[in-house]
Parts: sequence; structure tokens; C-alpha cells
Amino acid sequence: MPQLDQLALVYQSQWFWLAITLGTIFFVVGMWIVPRVEKTVEDRDAKIAADLEEAQRMQDEAEASEEAWRNRVNEARAEAQAVTAAAKEKAQADLEKKLAKVDAEIATRTEAAEADLAEARSAALAELENVASEATQEIVGKLTGGKVAKAEARKAVAGVLADA
Amino acid sequence: MHQFEIVALGGEMSASPFVFTNSAMWMMIALAVILVFMWGGLKRAVVPGRWQAAVEVLTDFVGDITRSSIGPEGRKYLPWVFTSFIFILAANWLGSMPFAVFGLKPFTVTSHFTITGVMSLISFAIVLGVGFWKHGLHFLSLFVPKGAPLPLQVFMAPIEFISFMVRPFSLGLRPFVAMFAGHILLKVFGYFVVQGLMAESAAGGIVALLCFLFIVFMSGLELLVGAIQAYVFALLTAIYINDAVHLH
Repeated sequence: MPQLDQLALVYQSQWFWLAITLGTIFFVVGMWIVPRVEKTVEDRDAKIAADLEEAQRMQDEAEASEEAWRNRVNEARAEAQAVTAAAKEKAQADLEKKLAKVDAEIATRTEAAEADLAEARSAALAELENVASEATQEIVGKLTGGKVAKAEARKAVAGVLADA
Repeated sequence: MHQFEIVALGGEMSASPFVFTNSAMWMMIALAVILVFMWGGLKRAVVPGRWQAAVEVLTDFVGDITRSSIGPEGRKYLPWVFTSFIFILAANWLGSMPFAVFGLKPFTVTSHFTITGVMSLISFAIVLGVGFWKHGLHFLSLFVPKGAPLPLQVFMAPIEFISFMVRPFSLGLRPFVAMFAGHILLKVFGYFVVQGLMAESAAGGIVALLCFLFIVFMSGLELLVGAIQAYVFALLTAIYINDAVHLH
């Protein structure tokens, strides 16, 4: 086993160069490079976490603004519907008012016409009574030679007319 | 056995610290590979490339060993745990690479207990230092099992002490033995391949082919073992440090 046979001969050289090697690795790699590499990884992890957080925040923001936009649209739609409904109602009310007015006018006119008609009729009837009673007086006078009082004749005519 | 021999490069081998041997050269190669590889992690791009991502995965992997074994304060011990992990890994893997194809004779630094032993002693020294510095003599309560009745404690404390003292040996021997045995196994079966071909018979050819397939399989396993040994060394170092930091 050369490891044992050469031990006395080589151990000084082995240890000297091992010290140089391990010392260099320890100070350059272990103390200097490794912490930097670890820092890089940590920084990256932190950055990824921060980026994710930022993305989440922005998404929340976007969602909030979309919500706000949707609310505004809904509001506007509701307002438009209200305006339309109000206009419709107003138009309806106007129409009804006009109809009522026209109806009333028609009614008054009809009433007036009916009143005229009734007056004319009663006038005509009165005239007819007059004429009929005079005619009756005359006819009775001519046929019987008697004289019928005007009031009597009128009474008789009124009775006949009431029957008619 | 020849592959484990340490020879001086450009000169006579002598018992001096400054002799540049093949072992020293492969340590330097491992060091260069590690430095170049880790340098890729210094780009610090927010979106990492493959290289940077590989460095980050490795750093995170070893960081997880200290975090899960020691807890948040394990961060302090990461430099040494990482150093031991990446050095053993690089040395193990470099020793298993087929550089001989290009005429460069590979040498597995971690197949020498002069290397792994010193590394385990460093880990052990950290454990002792942290333990006594943090807890003073109270650190010795590590050897007394909690909740056991007194006679049992008296009986178990020496056993705990022995098991604690064995730790640096087992820690240092494990990677050394794994590399040593693996390389010898490869060598033996490589020898069988040569012998089988030299026989110049059908049976010899079949044996050579089977042994060659076995070597291919073993080489893959060797890479796995190399990574596992690095992981085990780093993990045990972290667990032992955890004992010193938190006692029981």
C-alpha cells in the first residue's frame, strides 16, 4: 500500500499542498463565492415574490376598475330606463288629459245639442198644441157650430197628445 | 498499486513540504476546476444560464445539508462544509476520468488518507472548538445519554466517548477506502481484460468482454460513489457540528 509505505516521505508535501488547496477553496469559494451565489438566489426569490405580489395587486386593481365600469354602465342604463319610463308616463298622462278634455268637450257639445233638441222639440210640441187646439176649435166650430173654449180645446189636445 | 504512488514531478522525491508531486498537481487541477466552475456562479444574472444554475443548484444542495442538520445558525459552518464537499467531489471525479487515453496519468487525491485524514481532523477540530467555545466543560454532557437511569449512564458514558473519538477516523477512512477499493477493483478487472485477450482463445475473449462490461458498469458506479462519499463527508461534518452546537 503506497499510502503507508510512502507516508514518511510524502506527508509534508501532501499537507502543504492540501493546505494551499483547501485554504484557497475555503476563502475564495466558501467565504466569497458561495455567499454571493446564495445572495443571488435569495434576491431572485425575493424579486419573484415581489413581482407576483405586484401582478396580484394589478389584477385586483383591474378587477376593481372593471367593477366600477360595470357599475357605471349599470347606473347609466338604469338612468336611461328611468328617463324612458318617465317620458312614457308623461306622454301617457298628456294623452289621457287630452282625451279627457276632448271627451268633456264632446260631452258638453252633445249635452248642448241635446238641450237644443229638447227645447226645439218642446217648442215644436207647444206649437203643435197651439196649432192643434186652434184647429180643434175651428173644426169643432165648423162641424157643430158651437164654440169651444180655448182652454178646453187645449186640454183635450194635451190629453190626446199625452196618449200618443 | 502503482496508481497510488506519489512521485515528484521534475526532480527527486524528498521529505520536504515544497516538493511538487503528482498528488500536488492533481490538487491544483481540482482547485482550478472548482474555481472555474464556481466562477460561473458569479454572473449573478436574475435569469440564470445553465452554468450559473448548476452552481446555484450545488450551493443550494450543500446549503440544505447545513440548514437541515444544524438549523439557521448552520450558515456559519457552510464555508467548511462546502469546501470539503466540493473538494472531495472534484478529486473523486477527476480520479475516475479516463485521462490516460490522452497519456495523462490520473491520480486520485482522495485515495490517500494523508488527505482525507487531515480533512476529517479539521472537521473534528471544528466540532471540538465549537463545542467547548459554546458550552465550555458542559460540552462533555454530550457523552451522557439523557433520560437514562444513573447506573446506565455510568455504563454508557465511556461507550459514547469512544464512539465520539472514533468519529474522525471513520470520517477520514470512509472516502479514502471507497476510492482505494474502487480503483483497485477497476484495476483488477482491467488486468483480467488484458489477460483474457492475451490468451487468444474464445473463452479468453468472452472473459475479457464480460470484464470490460463490468468495468464500464463499475466506472459509472465509481462516479456515484464519488458523489456519495462527498455528500456523506459533508453531511456527517454538519451532523457532528450540530451535536457541538446543540448538544443533544
